[in-house]
Amino acid sequence: MFTLKEDVQIRPLGDAALVLQVGHGIDEAIHKRVKLIMNLLESHPFEGLIETVPAYNSVTIYYNPVDVYFSNRKKDNKIPFEIVKNCILELLTKSVSVESTKERIVKIPVVYGGDMGPDLEYVASYHGLTPSEVIELHSSGDYLVFMLGFAPGFPFMGGLNQQIATPRKDTPRLAIPPGSVGIAGSQTGIYPLETPGGWQIIGRTPQSLFLPNQTPPTLLQPGDRIRFYPITMEEYNHHLEVATWA
Amino acid sequence: MGIKVLQPGMLTTIQDLGRYGVQKFGVIVGGAMDPISLRIANILVGNSHDEGGLEVTLFGTTLLFESDELIAITGGNLRPTLDGEEVPMWRPLLVQKGSVLKFHAAVSGCRAYVSFSGGIQVPEVMNSKSTYLRAGIGGFHGRKLQKKDVFECGVRSAVGEELFQQLQTESIYFPWFVNYTSFVNLQKTKTIRIIRGSEYERFDEESIKNFLSMPYKITTQADRMGYRLEGEEIQLKAPFELLSEGVTYGTIQVPSNGQPIILMADRQTTGGYPKIGQIISTDLPFLAQMQATDTIHFQEVTLEEAQKALLHQEKQLNELRMALRFRRLQYK
Repeated sequence: MFTLKEDVQIRPLGDAALVLQVGHGIDEAIHKRVKLIMNLLESHPFEGLIETVPAYNSVTIYYNPVDVYFSNRKKDNKIPFEIVKNCILELLTKSVSVESTKERIVKIPVVYGGDMGPDLEYVASYHGLTPSEVIELHSSGDYLVFMLGFAPGFPFMGGLNQQIATPRKDTPRLAIPPGSVGIAGSQTGIYPLETPGGWQIIGRTPQSLFLPNQTPPTLLQPGDRIRFYPITMEEYNHHLEVATWA
Repeated sequence: MGIKVLQPGMLTTIQDLGRYGVQKFGVIVGGAMDPISLRIANILVGNSHDEGGLEVTLFGTTLLFESDELIAITGGNLRPTLDGEEVPMWRPLLVQKGSVLKFHAAVSGCRAYVSFSGGIQVPEVMNSKSTYLRAGIGGFHGRKLQKKDVFECGVRSAVGEELFQQLQTESIYFPWFVNYTSFVNLQKTKTIRIIRGSEYERFDEESIKNFLSMPYKITTQADRMGYRLEGEEIQLKAPFELLSEGVTYGTIQVPSNGQPIILMADRQTTGGYPKIGQIISTDLPFLAQMQATDTIHFQEVTLEEAQKALLHQEKQLNELRMALRFRRLQYK
């Protein structure tokens, strides 16, 4: 058992949100603390809390200043930011224990190369590798989802093998098809929606990442472990057909 | 029955106050760019303040009413007419069956809001009627309105019904209206108040001085997602790596080209550019009513001033609710 108060800094994000900074850098230990803070806030919501958003080393808390102000029974004339800040600091003094829940492993099928992964050849030649070696390295990795952002269900993942880390494209593409799997620096990700983007696209998954009619509305959640596995074009089409009938 | 779109105009979408609770999944908040105008429009027709309405951008939108409806038009003045005659804004208005409401051109401001007593009947997606264009969800089939679309209004509240009946007897609108000037500013040059952003201290002194004293012009790259500005370049003292984290409506980011971007209603949930400032909540509607070539002067205030201004605005909105109740009783 321990408390989460240490190393947490609070700063405003405008007049209706604040950020809890939890250490620095991309780090699995920090990620675990971020998850614990999320759980604590969601199980003990204060009056006026709208929602919380986790990131690599922060949790952003959105609140309604009017509701916060009128719910403050102390009537000490404190501004909403101070009321929320005190409330959070008090909450963080609670003892927590590290969860023993198992990590979820999500396997993602990917067709690599060809029209589905137009930048596979480039990534290979950039590193002096063959396309199959890139596929082998990419699909043997174990990736942790640190956060979702950029687009609904877009996972920010860590764990890419440095041997295939590749800079973004100089000129971003105007439209990247949904399901595209890409590399940008030492990150790898999957585009849930058609969006412009500068990532090197090495493949595509038939799996939908954004599921607006389900709860939760995304396939992946922060804390999930991802493994990619190569499939053929035939398997890709079969998967899409099954998804249509499901 | 219902309301038929004769001309969609430039961009007309259904918006409420936004989709909350799902940002952690990367789902944007969206919602009305000028939330205060939408809230007032709803209050005027007896709706809950957070009901969905139409956000009409700049010009062209033309609607045919296939039934009598009680509506209110607020926000920017896009010169609305009813069967060719200019029609007043900021008050309850009865539109009779067969009438055509048209928005001609922006006289002042940029976005008008139309509330319909009883609300617009579209399904909520993740607890919101707001249209999320890029994901194709919410609002009217997840898209902007198109020619020949027809939508229905819901059942009027007791207050909405009372106003509806009152306007059936004499004039189609009341002589009184909301004095909007304390809520919305429709000038082309505005002072917009900000508080310091998380990375404020990382910018060099000269840049901060310029940011707070020089004019910044809104470029043509200005939409529901964000406004790109043009003005004196803003530079960091030294480059540094910033990890993506939560951003919000009114966050002012500065990418490496030194030209600020203000994040608007359809912003992404997270961002990784340094944040020099954050526009205060009460001034967001002012910004929503600006368009390309308009000029902004930023002025720094404290967080305390920002939150006090917001509490004061809410008090004014409550006074407005009370005044409307009084008016209604007077007309009984």
